[in-house]
Amino acid sequence: MGLLNFFAKPAPALLRLPSGSFTVDREGAVLTGTLPSSFPAGLIKDISLQVRTAFGEAAKAQLPLAELIINYPSLKICARELRGGAIVFLSPKAPSSPASQS
Amino acid sequence: MDKRPKILLADDEPDLLDMYREILAQLPSRPEIHTAPSGARVIAMLEAEPFDLLICDLKMPKMDGLQVLAIVRRKHPRLRTVALTAEQDEQYRSRAYALGVDLFWHKPGSEQETKMFLECIESLLGRETEGGFRGMQSKSLVDIIQLECISQSSSVLRITNSLLTGKIWIQGGELVDAEADELRGEAAFQRILSWKAGNFEMLPAEPSRPRTIFRSYNAVLLESAQALDESRGAVTAEGASQPSASPLARLSQLEGVEFVLAMKPGEKGYQVARGLENPERMAAWARQTLERFRLLGDRLGAGPLEQIEGFGPQRHVALACQDETEFCVGWKHSLTSDEVRDMMKKLLALWAS
Repeated sequence: MGLLNFFAKPAPALLRLPSGSFTVDREGAVLTGTLPSSFPAGLIKDISLQVRTAFGEAAKAQLPLAELIINYPSLKICARELRGGAIVFLSPKAPSSPASQS
Repeated sequence: MDKRPKILLADDEPDLLDMYREILAQLPSRPEIHTAPSGARVIAMLEAEPFDLLICDLKMPKMDGLQVLAIVRRKHPRLRTVALTAEQDEQYRSRAYALGVDLFWHKPGSEQETKMFLECIESLLGRETEGGFRGMQSKSLVDIIQLECISQSSSVLRITNSLLTGKIWIQGGELVDAEADELRGEAAFQRILSWKAGNFEMLPAEPSRPRTIFRSYNAVLLESAQALDESRGAVTAEGASQPSASPLARLSQLEGVEFVLAMKPGEKGYQVARGLENPERMAAWARQTLERFRLLGDRLGAGPLEQIEGFGPQRHVALACQDETEFCVGWKHSLTSDEVRDMMKKLLALWAS
């Protein structure tokens, strides 16, 4: 069992995928949010920037969008356009099973 | 024969790296063990030389193991990967498997666990070098059917190709029936053989299955192969004047599709099916958006980007990547989000077939 203690190390905690939502205005300022405080503010900014850019660039390409859904194996990001800003929902997904296709 | 497999070990603790190196040196395959103290170093080393296996600690500063594995799975999809952690939270196991790692392992805490860990690693290395049962997957469907028939077997082969599913019934070495979509018999058999890729599984035989195929398996296989060659020849002949127009056009005929844009990652060009007023701008937006969210997925450690759906007042759009091709598909705005998702799956399955 002593070996287990040996493995424990004081590195920063692993990032947990958050469940919750936040709103940002057109300037990228976060107005409200229900995400845990442990979730890095930098990543919230990053998500909001990518989402707002995607909405903005789509409009420029004559494809006005009201909602974007981005699917990853373990996270779903749903963003709704709000007058240049956005409301963003983050929902972690439980993957079905280990995909060992080898 | 005596080529030693190469393992790359990643952990930010030098003491642990030394210990793993000693433990792994006991493996019967006598692997060459290289170490990396950070995620950035792992990426650099994998770029510089090939490895057979990456064993990556999850808890590392700056770039954590999940982020490293997300990037590695995308850039080196053939590399075997093992996530190693002392974290007890099951969320990380799910996320690691969602990233496509081959093995998720809690750091061994006893001699017995170390032994099991070593056995798993050896098995992973063995899978890389030995043919074994894995070789079965490199066989074509025709090979598998021939093997079943020659060995006078009775079984049901279920073949799946994304959303498409087909079944072939074999009884006592004879083709008895086939089913795919709405088709039955030889037509279904030919449809299944036309799929370029997919997974198959063997189900127990169904001796009571009514027979719809009455010719020998050799005759049916031969005719199917000829029909396939002819259809491929026809596509090539058309392609001479209008390169690759046919497969895209086929996709654009799906119900609800307004346009299909297909792009090769890293290339400027694109192909378009059906009318689109501003394909350049749309292709540029699709490329940038896919890349942007791919990188965001890496930073979040959420796994490879699967699909993006956009819903607007004029039309909906879905972006995805399949077989080295990026797709931007416009859908009628009357479709619901679930319908867009389902139809997109069908479209990608059609492309794969």
